[in-house]
Amino acid sequence: MTATVETSYVALAWSDLAVASILVILNAGLSLWLGLGVERRLLVAATRMVVQLLLMAMVLEWLFAHHAPEWTLLAATMMVLFAGREVMARQDRRLDGWWAYGLGTGAMLLASFLVTLFALTTQVRPDPWYDARYALPLLGMVLGNTMNGVSIGLNTLTTLASRDRAAIEGRLSLGATRWVALRHVTRHALRTGLISIINAMAGAGLVFIPGMMTGQILAGAAPPDAAKYQILIMFLIAGGTAIGALSAVMLGAWRLTDARHRLRLDRLKEPA
Amino acid sequence: MLSIRGLIRRIPNGPTIGPADLDVPDGRTVAIMGPSGSGKSVLLRAIADLDPADGAVSLDGIDRHAMDAPTWRRRVIYVAADAGWWDDRVGAHFADPTAAATMLPRVNLAADALDWPVQRLSTGERQRLALIRAITLPRPPGEARIYLFDEPTAALDAESAGLVEALIATLPHEGRTAVLLVTHDAAQARRLASSGVVHLRDGALVPHHEEAAP
Repeated sequence: MTATVETSYVALAWSDLAVASILVILNAGLSLWLGLGVERRLLVAATRMVVQLLLMAMVLEWLFAHHAPEWTLLAATMMVLFAGREVMARQDRRLDGWWAYGLGTGAMLLASFLVTLFALTTQVRPDPWYDARYALPLLGMVLGNTMNGVSIGLNTLTTLASRDRAAIEGRLSLGATRWVALRHVTRHALRTGLISIINAMAGAGLVFIPGMMTGQILAGAAPPDAAKYQILIMFLIAGGTAIGALSAVMLGAWRLTDARHRLRLDRLKEPA
Repeated sequence: MLSIRGLIRRIPNGPTIGPADLDVPDGRTVAIMGPSGSGKSVLLRAIADLDPADGAVSLDGIDRHAMDAPTWRRRVIYVAADAGWWDDRVGAHFADPTAAATMLPRVNLAADALDWPVQRLSTGERQRLALIRAITLPRPPGEARIYLFDEPTAALDAESAGLVEALIATLPHEGRTAVLLVTHDAAQARRLASSGVVHLRDGALVPHHEEAAP
């Protein structure tokens, strides 16, 4: 059942969401029937998604009403900290100690804040420039994609450094610096980290309509305006992913070696 | 001369190798023997500064920490038993492919081996190519160099092993060059080690005559 309110979009009722959730329940049933063993994870992830998005909506509503830059900054920082935890959870081999969390989080903090500030102050230019209605959704879009690039790049770096130990040390043994010895690994890690945004840009508008453009069209925006916003977001995401993946991979390579240009796999935890 | 004093390599959750004292003079070869797992490769890696270790290692009286690590490893070259490859083409691994090409027949390898894909190489071919890769690494005239060979004939048939052994035997006769060799072959150690054989026993280096004593 849908309820039409006085807006340019069709608002959804709770019963609409309940009907749509049947698809997730069907997925879980399929997993049980086929013995895939993912039904519990699927239901937990769906429940988490619902709770997280509703909480986020409440927070955004409060922030939009209060125009408090310090609270906007706090919300943005919390988003980055949670993203850092996700990056750490996606690593097969984690760096030791604080680095497991700090490296990915630091890379994302740098990339997402830099790119979002750039967009807010030069292209979108809301008044004030830190208006939560623009700042937080932009940060969220950039952060979500940067998180993918950083986690994939870091995971590729640590996996390849372990797998190609003989090749890396073969170069070190012949007098190569750590950067030269790790070059084939860092290049591969960066390529892998960037491939998802390259594919997304290549397929946008041809294979799929991206999320933000879809959202704006559903909210009543004219398709050309929605396309412009989507193009801006794609550029921001590409920039953020590149900065994030590059800083994470190079910092990771630095941590996986030492000042005497040795490969330090002892700084990695083996996969559980 | 390579000089090692009190070298200790502590392996996390493993045995401690050392303290080791050893001199390898220019123009000489020293062989290290010992049972599998005794830490011979660990010792060579520590000398090459590939793993953190305590103690002093110097070349011609200059401590390794007085020079940057890449410079040290161009002068004290570790050649692993199963050396690594990082490019698809064999030739891409050689700093001086021309010099390498002239050396290939000496270890029973085809002259065009540098054009081969690495994937095509057998274990023995890889081992011989890794040896050539190390000894053709360019060096300034008069600069001292030490080769750390880790079981350089382990994967070779008798004929190839003989050729590699003959090549290693010539190295100390080239200006200011010495060899430190790890081997399981006692006869090979006797043939090549002009400056003696040492045994690694319980983490410590002992001269061959003490090892043989009851």
